[in-house]
Amino acid sequence: MPAKVVVLGGGVGGTLTANLLAKKLGRDGKVTVVDPTGMHHYQPGYLYLALGHTNGRWLVRDERTLLRKDIDLVVEGATKVDPEAGVVQLELGGTLDFDYAVLSTGARLVPDQIPGLVEGSQEFYSLEGAQRLREELRRFKGGRIRVGIAGVPYKCPPAPVEFVFMVEEYLRDRGIRDKSEITLLSPLNRAFTIESASKVIQPIMEQRGIELSTFFNVEEVDPSAGTVSSLEGEKAEYDLLVLVPPHRGQQLVIDSGLGDASGWLPTDKHTLQVVGQDRIFAIGDATNLPISKSGSTAHFEAPVVASRIASLVRGTAPKENYGGRVMCFLETGNGKATVLRFDYEHPPAPPQPNLVWHAAKWMFNRMYWQTVPQGRLPDTLPLPIPTGRSES
Amino acid sequence: MSMQISKTLDLKGLSCPLPIVKTAQGIKEVSSGELLEALATDPGSVADFNAWCKSTGNELIEQGQDGDVYRFLIRKK
Repeated sequence: MPAKVVVLGGGVGGTLTANLLAKKLGRDGKVTVVDPTGMHHYQPGYLYLALGHTNGRWLVRDERTLLRKDIDLVVEGATKVDPEAGVVQLELGGTLDFDYAVLSTGARLVPDQIPGLVEGSQEFYSLEGAQRLREELRRFKGGRIRVGIAGVPYKCPPAPVEFVFMVEEYLRDRGIRDKSEITLLSPLNRAFTIESASKVIQPIMEQRGIELSTFFNVEEVDPSAGTVSSLEGEKAEYDLLVLVPPHRGQQLVIDSGLGDASGWLPTDKHTLQVVGQDRIFAIGDATNLPISKSGSTAHFEAPVVASRIASLVRGTAPKENYGGRVMCFLETGNGKATVLRFDYEHPPAPPQPNLVWHAAKWMFNRMYWQTVPQGRLPDTLPLPIPTGRSES
Repeated sequence: MSMQISKTLDLKGLSCPLPIVKTAQGIKEVSSGELLEALATDPGSVADFNAWCKSTGNELIEQGQDGDVYRFLIRKK
């Protein structure tokens, strides 16, 4: 009997794991992907959509077209995972048995956690949100733009910084930069959590006249007054407010009794096994790992999970471990970008933004659909990307 | 003033900027003059707690390290 592997979630992590695993297992396994919509979103594209660089159609594909033919796709929500029985319950009452399961269920947005956020602010963390923001920006005639984070952890940590740089360029192109004020509201005393990146980012913000409001942890939004206030007691007036909504793990994770209070899966940082669960693995945004929630993280985790499950199916000792590898581009506007590459032991040492990294991101955006979900992108790029010295 | 701790936040294992965000939330639950204790393992939290207290006017009255755990004692302004 072939081993049954169920992958919950058809995002970048789930799709890549399924494709790699089906290839590795061949006739020894049967892989099934379960996804509530059956549509795969290229989420890094939301930022570009909001700023009018692309349209929404380019960002979504049918998941079926990204999976190998020998993989089954079930387009239906899952409601519960029973690790002991090895059963996934589906929304419409059906069940799927598994020998191994991969939870690549991602994060969900919970904007209602912050009073006034739904009515008062815009976001680019969903397709609909990015489309709305694009329209808001088109109507914008100048004024105060405040950009911030309404909860941590959140996906793609550099995105708010990229947004302020790109919206600054956008306003210049539209000839309304001098009528506008842009402020980044940061939860810390610097523009970005990682200090080495802040050192590259902040001088550019200063050059471009983008203000930084430090230790501004969003508490609530008052849409009628047009203000956003912080836990630290500050208040900022806005004409356009763009806030990253708070994130949580999926309800399915909580209902299965596998997650922590916020729905994140306690996950072994090296084996990517859900803690205390021999046959359940977690990947991407769904984990509680102290590392970026990003497609890049899931991309580097997927081969580890695929390799470990393949070993377990064949009865050999799993060898591959995840070292915390992440690589993110960070757009700084004006056709330039920098890159953050790091792992558990090495902090990033981002180079000064240049045209090459922007071109690399542009190429990645274009190549994504033909390479990443299928595992066709080479593991190492032929470009030197520095990391900092080991922290240990 | 007494040295009784009104609230302790266990921030161990959390990475930047979560310790500061949780502290900004937690300090809302103690009254002015009361003490909040925060325990964190993120090495960056030492600089962050110092800067946060300075910026917000809360007083960092004690800080120490026990193995991997950093301890901060903050008096709410």
